Parts: sequence; C-alpha cells; structure tokens
Amino acid sequence: MLRVSLEHDAPPLALDLELPLGELSAIVGPSGGGKTSILRAMAGLLRTRRARVSLDGETWADTAQGVWQPARLRPLGFVGQNYALFPHLNAVENVAAALLHLPAATRRERALACLAAVGIAGLAERSPRALSGGQRQRVAMARAIAREPKLLLLDEPFSALDRSTRKRLHIELKRLQASLGVTVVLVTHDLDEAAQLSGHLCLLHHGRLLQQGPTHELLRRPTSVESARLLDFPNLCQARLSVSAGSSNILQWGEVNIGTSTAIEARPGASVPWTIRASDVFLVKAGHSDEARLGTIVTAQVAELIELGDSVLVSLSVENGGGETLRMRLRPGAVRRHDVSPGALVRVALHPEAVIPLIE
Amino acid sequence: MDWNALQLSAELAAWTLAVLLPLGILAGRWLALTRTRARPWLQALFALPLVLPPTVVGYYLLTLMGSRSTLGVLMDSLFDLSLAFSFPGLVLASIFVNLPFAILPVQRGFEAVSQELHDAAACCGMSRWQAFTRVELPLAWPGVLSAAVLTFGHTLGEFGVVLMVGGNIPGQTRTLSIAIFDRVQAFDPAAAGRMALLLLLISLVTVALGYGTLERRGKAGAGGN
Repeated sequence: MLRVSLEHDAPPLALDLELPLGELSAIVGPSGGGKTSILRAMAGLLRTRRARVSLDGETWADTAQGVWQPARLRPLGFVGQNYALFPHLNAVENVAAALLHLPAATRRERALACLAAVGIAGLAERSPRALSGGQRQRVAMARAIAREPKLLLLDEPFSALDRSTRKRLHIELKRLQASLGVTVVLVTHDLDEAAQLSGHLCLLHHGRLLQQGPTHELLRRPTSVESARLLDFPNLCQARLSVSAGSSNILQWGEVNIGTSTAIEARPGASVPWTIRASDVFLVKAGHSDEARLGTIVTAQVAELIELGDSVLVSLSVENGGGETLRMRLRPGAVRRHDVSPGALVRVALHPEAVIPLIE
Repeated sequence: MDWNALQLSAELAAWTLAVLLPLGILAGRWLALTRTRARPWLQALFALPLVLPPTVVGYYLLTLMGSRSTLGVLMDSLFDLSLAFSFPGLVLASIFVNLPFAILPVQRGFEAVSQELHDAAACCGMSRWQAFTRVELPLAWPGVLSAAVLTFGHTLGEFGVVLMVGGNIPGQTRTLSIAIFDRVQAFDPAAAGRMALLLLLISLVTVALGYGTLERRGKAGAGGN
C-alpha cells in the first residue's frame, strides 16, 4: 500500500491517501486544488508541515520521526505537466541522465532500450525542440521508467496534447503500467481520463480528500454534495428524512416520498440532500406490467431537451416535487418513440438503489 | 607603444577573471535560488560599483588597503605585502569593481533554469553536484560567458579606480588606460592614439568573440537533430 498523509498551509493540504500497489490510481480535482503539490510532496520535492509517505512499508518521509529522504534517493519517476526535458540534451541523453548510477558504458544502451519501450527508439538523437508534444511526453516517460522505479508520478501528462495523441498515449500508458507492474499515481483535472485509466480514484477539493475508492464504485456512488458536483451528477436535490429503517429509508422531496436503499445516518426530519444519475432516471411506459418493482414513480412535465452527441438530456419539472429540476438521459430513439417533447407529461421511475443520499 | 602596460593590463584582466568568475558563479547561483528577504539589498550591494563614481570607490579602497588600515597591517605582517600602489592591490580593487559584471549576468543565467528542471534533475537521482554540472551550469552558460567577457573587457579598460589605488608606476601599476592618460598629459597624441586604438580593438574582439560563441551555441541548440 502507498500511504500518504499530508498537512500543509500554503497550499492548504489535509489528507490521508491509501493507494493500492501495482495499480494506477488517479487524483482528480479542479485546477488549483493542490494536486501537483501532493505529487511534489510524495516525490520529496516539497516539504509540508506534516508528512508521512511510505511505500510497501518503506518510509520515505515522517515528520513526526524526523525521517526525510530527498527526492534523489526515492525510487520514483516523475513526469511533469511540461515534461521538463533538459533542453541542452537530446532524447537519449535525457534518458541517460537518469542512469548516472550505472557505468558510463552501459547508460546509452539502457537509455535506448527505454526509448524503445515507449516506441520512439528512432528519435534518440533528436533535441527536445525538434520533438512534438507527444514525442516529448514519451521521452519524459522513458526517462521516468529508466531507473526501474517503484512509483511513477504523473502530473497532468496529457493536458497539453491533442485529442488523438492523448487517446493513443492513454493506451500506451495502460500497456506500460501492465508490463512493468509499477504503482502509478496520475494527477488530472479530467474526470473522463481518470475514469478510463485508473483502478482507484481519489477526489480532491481545495486540498481536502472528499472520497477515495475503486474507480467504478466511486463514479457511481458519491457520498457528499461536493463529490456529486465533481463527479458531474446533474441532479442535486434537497429532501427531508421521513422514515429511517436501516437500508430502507424514505425521503420526502416536496410532497413526493422517494425510497432509497442506502443507509442514512440522520434522524427523521433531518434535511438530506440526494442525487441520482441522469441515466438512472427511467421513463415508464403506459401500462407497464410491474410498476411496483421500478421504485418511486413520479409524474413530470418536460421543460427542455438538449441533444448531447448520442444522448438527449431531458429536464423535468416534477409534480409536487421539491422544486429542483430533475434531469434524465435518453437515447434519441427513445425520445422519438415516446414522443418526449417540451410541455409533454411523462412518468419516470426512481429506483431505491439509484437514489443516493448525500452528506453536506 | 607601452608594451609593459599592455602586458600588465592583460595580467590584471586574467587574474581578476580567474578569481572573480568562480566567485561570480557561486554568488550568482546563490542569488538566483535564495528566498532571503535581504536579496534586494545584496543585489544592490553587488551593483554599487556600477553607480558610484570611480573616485569614490577608489577612495574607499585606498583607505581600506592603506598601510595603517586593518587589512593593510594584516597583509604586511602575514605576507610582507603592501596593497596600496601595488599590483596585488590593483587585483583586489579590480575584483571589487567588477563584482556587478561577474555576478549579475550569472544570476540571470541561473534564474533561467526553471524549478521544473531542478525537480527533474532530483527525480533523475542526480546529486547536487551532478545537477549543477550536468544541468544548471550548461543551461546558465550564456550568463557565465557574458560575465567572463564583461569582466575581462571592463578590467582592460578600467581607469579611475586603477589610478586611485595603483597610481602610475611603470611595470607595476601602469596599465594601458593609465599609459594612454600619461601620454595625453605628456602631449604625445600619436602614442596615446596608437594605444587607444589597440585597446579599442582588443575590447571589440573580446566582446565579439563572446557574442559569436553565444550565437553559435544558440544555433547548435536550436538545430536539434
């Protein structure tokens, strides 16, 4: 396990991370939230007020015990946002710069092997100025893996690249991570990128950890209003806890009672924010055979339809609801089939498992 | 033509450069990296010889090096050496006067090395010395070369402070610029003209060589493969 515990004042940081070994973990959050500072602290490039960093039981930093390993002694590779290639050295020399612990005669051979591993052996003699953004990123990656690190830290390494290069390099990063089995921590503000690449996700806001866990779980189950906002859940509503009975709770949203199977740590009558994914709001056909199994069914008026690529975002005004607009995602075919248009009345189902109560 | 004066000027410039360049690299790098609040004051202190009249600088140096001063007494007792009106004193004065030329361009050179590159060097496992010799110094090289050219050229042509501290002793403190002044005072415009032209040519060649090296290096760096 990679354990990182940090506290700092400028930039403000207060978090405890536990990241699995041999996997790619992503730290996601808005720009200016302290993500780069976390990576720099993990690398030993930033001294924080309180720090505890350990990898697989080996402590790199512990301010309480006075332990501090400088960056050069930590077995890690770092790829920064701008790649930080040494401009006076060509590609192979850049990689060889990370191999000064080897005899001079073997450095070039090993550096060429690293360039080959990232698919640019033919560009060994090129100066960084003569390389494209994607090629520079690969040289930086080759340099980062040259010392066979236990930890690879990537700080927004794809942000300056065009879409097609980014997609290609995503695949190559996955391939490289799988072949090396190295623990990777990727910092990004792009949730889609993190979702595609990582097995473990950490949500960060203003230097605080909002939530962490396996990516596929976390993307579906935010626990707080801030997490739901960062995860781009379009439905954020305010209700009152009506009935609390373990994993079977009723939320009163306006005059509508909505069931949820998620446990809520609050007393009846307490204000509880809740959310549901737009794609988990289902249109109920007239004459459905078993409506009881669909969950809470509400009637709503269609306020607006917005086409977004291969889906349509439908804004609904729920009758007797809490007042907030409910958003539902439909396929364009379903919109045509069910004649969903502005002003039309529709019935939608909110399944108890899809209704997620949140903490403020 | 006073060849002794030319030789003395060249020796003075070489000694000044030999002592000042390593000091300039150390001080310039430190100024580039330090976060001390005293940095503006230190920079001002190093730049002071640029704005003070040479007579003021020369006066204070002469007072500092005089036979009754602490430094003068110390040098006399330790090395049996008199600093005022001697070549070693001239070198010391020249080092002080050239501090801004040796330090400030080097500082700018090291400031051009970004934090990202410092971080990259550390993450490559480089020790401080390796990072200095393999990353920082090659990248700060234009600043170091500018400092060397300016220090050498400025020492060759320095007049006011040299006259105040060294006087005009043939073979000991009479540099080329003092010799020119001497010839003008002696109504010998032909000799003064020859030496002035020579000094002008040497200065021109020194500065042109410096710029040429920087330009070639810049092109080589931009050429890529």
